[in-house]
Amino acid sequence: MALATASGVEDICRKLGNDRTRLMDIIIGVQRRYGCVTHDSMEVIARAVGTERVEVESAVTFYSFLSVKPQGRVVIRLCNDLTDWMKGYDAVADAMAKELGVTMGETTADGAITLASTPCIGMSDQAPAALVNDVVVTHLTPERGREMIRDLRRHLDPPQLVTMVGDGNNAHPLVHAMVRNNIRRRGPVHFRDFESGKALTNALALGPEAVIKQITDARLRGRGGAGFPAGVKWASARATAAPRRWMICNADEGEPGTFKDRVLLTECPHQMIEGMTIAGYAVGCEQGIVYLRGEYRYLLAFLEHILQERRDQGLLGRDILGRKGFNFDIRIQLGAGAYICGEETALISSCEGLRGDPKNRPPFPSQSGYLGDPTVVNNVETFCATSRIMLEGAAWFAAMGSGRTTGTKVLSIAGDCRKPGVYEVPFGITPRELLEAAEADNPGAMLIGGPCRQMIGPDRFGGRICYDDLATGGSIIIFNRARNQLEIAERYLDFFIDESCGHCTPCRVGLVLLKKAVHKVVSGAGEPVDLDAMRALSHFISQTSRCGLGQAASNPVLGALENFTALYEGLVAERKPGLLSTFDLSSAVVDAELRVGRQSRYV
Amino acid sequence: MTRKPRIATVSLAGCFGCHMSLLDIDERILALAELVEFDRSPINDFKEFDGRCDIGLIEGGCCNEENVHVLEDFRKHCDLIVSLGDCAINGGIPAMRNHVPLRECLEEAYLRSPGVYNPGGVIPNAPELPLLLHRVYPCHEVVKVDVVIPGCPPSADAIFTSLLALVKREPVALAYANLKYD
Repeated sequence: MALATASGVEDICRKLGNDRTRLMDIIIGVQRRYGCVTHDSMEVIARAVGTERVEVESAVTFYSFLSVKPQGRVVIRLCNDLTDWMKGYDAVADAMAKELGVTMGETTADGAITLASTPCIGMSDQAPAALVNDVVVTHLTPERGREMIRDLRRHLDPPQLVTMVGDGNNAHPLVHAMVRNNIRRRGPVHFRDFESGKALTNALALGPEAVIKQITDARLRGRGGAGFPAGVKWASARATAAPRRWMICNADEGEPGTFKDRVLLTECPHQMIEGMTIAGYAVGCEQGIVYLRGEYRYLLAFLEHILQERRDQGLLGRDILGRKGFNFDIRIQLGAGAYICGEETALISSCEGLRGDPKNRPPFPSQSGYLGDPTVVNNVETFCATSRIMLEGAAWFAAMGSGRTTGTKVLSIAGDCRKPGVYEVPFGITPRELLEAAEADNPGAMLIGGPCRQMIGPDRFGGRICYDDLATGGSIIIFNRARNQLEIAERYLDFFIDESCGHCTPCRVGLVLLKKAVHKVVSGAGEPVDLDAMRALSHFISQTSRCGLGQAASNPVLGALENFTALYEGLVAERKPGLLSTFDLSSAVVDAELRVGRQSRYV
Repeated sequence: MTRKPRIATVSLAGCFGCHMSLLDIDERILALAELVEFDRSPINDFKEFDGRCDIGLIEGGCCNEENVHVLEDFRKHCDLIVSLGDCAINGGIPAMRNHVPLRECLEEAYLRSPGVYNPGGVIPNAPELPLLLHRVYPCHEVVKVDVVIPGCPPSADAIFTSLLALVKREPVALAYANLKYD
C-alpha cells in the first residue's frame, strides 16, 4: 500500500469540500487509500478542514476500523460475537492465526494480511463469519479459514473469495455477496410486493400534518429498540421552527444478534427510502442521511444505485413527483466500527465528523440534533413500516399487534436452532412460538433484545414480544440447556467494556470492576455478599451512566442473577475468615525475595 | 453485666492521619470509652489481641508482608472489618508506587534521589524489616471488608457517627456533609 503523501491526503479533503463536518468520510478515505491515518496525515487533514490535529486524532482513534499504525493490505476481521463463539469461533480463530503465523491483532511480517476480531457484524444466522476488507465470508470452519488464507496469500483480492453468491439481491452485481437472507417468515408489512412511488403519492395527497396523524393513529413505534412513538417525534421536529431539518435513517444495527436491517436494506431498499422520503415530507426536511454501519459497506454501491434510480424516476431530488417545492435528497454516511453509534445522539456526532460520543439530552434531536438543527432519527424498519402504512392505512396497521404495540416486528433469530434467520411476526407472539418456528433444540434460555435487554429462562417462554413485556429491537438469541449462563454474561460484559466510549467513569471503570466481581464468583472464590455487591454495582452503573450503553451494560449480569439465581448461589459459599483466595502472598513478595535474597517469613 | 463491644485499630500503610482524626472526636472520646472497650490499638499501645473483637478499624492498605499478616489477624479476630480512609479503601498515596517496579522504587529512594547520603550504596535489608509487596493492595483485595468509611482522612464526625452505628449494629448513614470533601 502506498505511503500517504500530503498532496494525496489534501486531494481527499478537497473532494469533500474541505468540510470539517465530513471528517468521517475524509478519514475513512485516507484509511482506505493508505491503510492507516498517520499523525502526519492528521496534521494535513486538520489544516485542510480548519481544525486542530487532536480533533482529527480523537476521531481516528475512536473508530475500530481506522488505525494510526499501518494495517495489512487485507484486513480480516473475524466476528467474535457470542453466536460466532457458539458456532466454533475459537477453533476458526486459532486455525487462521496459525496459518498466518500471527496472533490476533497482528499483521504478517510482509505487511500483507492483518488478523483482527470485531463484535457482531450482523451475520449471526450464518456464523462464524468475518469481514475481509469489505467482503463478508460466512459459515467459516477451521479448514475453510486456512483455505481462505492460502487463497488470499496468492491474490490478495478479497472479492475473489466469493465463489457463490447468496439469494435475492445478494446476487445483484453491485452486492455480489455470499450472504444469505434466510427470510423464514414473510409478513404483511415488509417482505412482500412494493411498488415504488405509490405510498409517496398517497402521502402527498394527504399533506404533511395528515401524514403525521396517520402515523400517530397507526401507533407506530420506533423499531430500533427504544420504541418511541414515531408520530410524536415527527410532530416535535416539525413544530420546532428552523431553517433546516434533517431526516436520518439509523442503519447501524450493532446490537449483537441483530441482522434484520441488513435483510431489509438488501431486499426492501425502495420501501425504506420511500418511507424516509415520506417522513421528510411530513416533517419538512430537504435532506436525509442514511447512517450505514461500516460492516455493511458491501451494500454501499447497491444503495447508491437505488438512490440514483429514484432520482432518475423523480422520487428523490427536486420537485419530487412534480410537486413544486418538495425537495428531498439523501446521502449515505458510512460508520467505521463503533457499537455506540447506533445510539441516536452518538450517531449524530459521528455524522458531524466527531467521535461517536453520545450527547446530553435534552435537548432532544427533534429540537436540536444534527448540526444543531431539528433532526429525526428512525430505524430502517420504521421507515419501511411508514411506506406500508401509507398504502394500507393506519387502521389496518393498528389492528395488528398486541395492546399498546401495533403492527409486526421483523426479528433476527440465531443461536441454538435449526432455522436461524429473519421472521416477520405480529407483535404479541410468545417466545415459545418462536422457539417452535426456529426449531430450537432443547432451549434453556433466550436473550430477547440483545445483551442490553434481557435473558429469560423457560418460565418466561410464555410471555409476549411487545413493549409492555419483552421488548426487542429485533435480536433473539437462543441458548440450549448445555450453555453456561455465567460464561455468557461474562462474555457480554467483555463486549460492553470494549465498546464503552470511556466518557463517564461509572461505565468505563464500573464495568471492569463488575467483570472482576463476576469472575471472582465464576472462578469459585466468591461469597454470598459478593452477589449483593454485584447487584449493587450493576444498579449503580446503570443509574449513573450518561447514555444507554452504560445504563444497559450491566443487564446481562442482572438478568443472569435474576433468572439463574441458583447457578450463582451454587458457586458462592461462606469462607473461613482469613486471606481471600484471590490474594496470593507468595507471588506478591517474589520480587522482594529476589531483590534481598531472603524468604518471606509468612509464606 | 453484658460485655462492652470491643474495638481494635491499626495503621498499616497509612500516615496515622486517620488515627489523628479518630482522636479529633475530642471529648466525645469519653462517651466512646463508656460505650466500648479498646483491644489492640495504637491508642492504648497494646500490640496483640486480647480476645474476640466486634470491630476492627483498619487505616492504610498493605504495602508489605507484615501488613498482610496483621490484616489477616484482624480478620480472624474481628466480626466487622472497617476500611477507614482512602488508603485502606484504594491504596491511596502509597499506591502511587504501583506504576514503578519495586527495584526502581528502592534505588530511587536509597541511591539516586537528590540529597541521599549513602556512601556504601546499601539498600536496607535487616532481617527484621518486612519484605515489600510488589504493589500496594487496598484491604478488600486481601481480606473481606465489611464497611468502608471514605475520606482522607474521614472527618471526626464521620468516624464517630459510624462507630456509634456499628456498635449498635445499625446501618451506617453518613450525612452528605460528612462525605463532601471540597
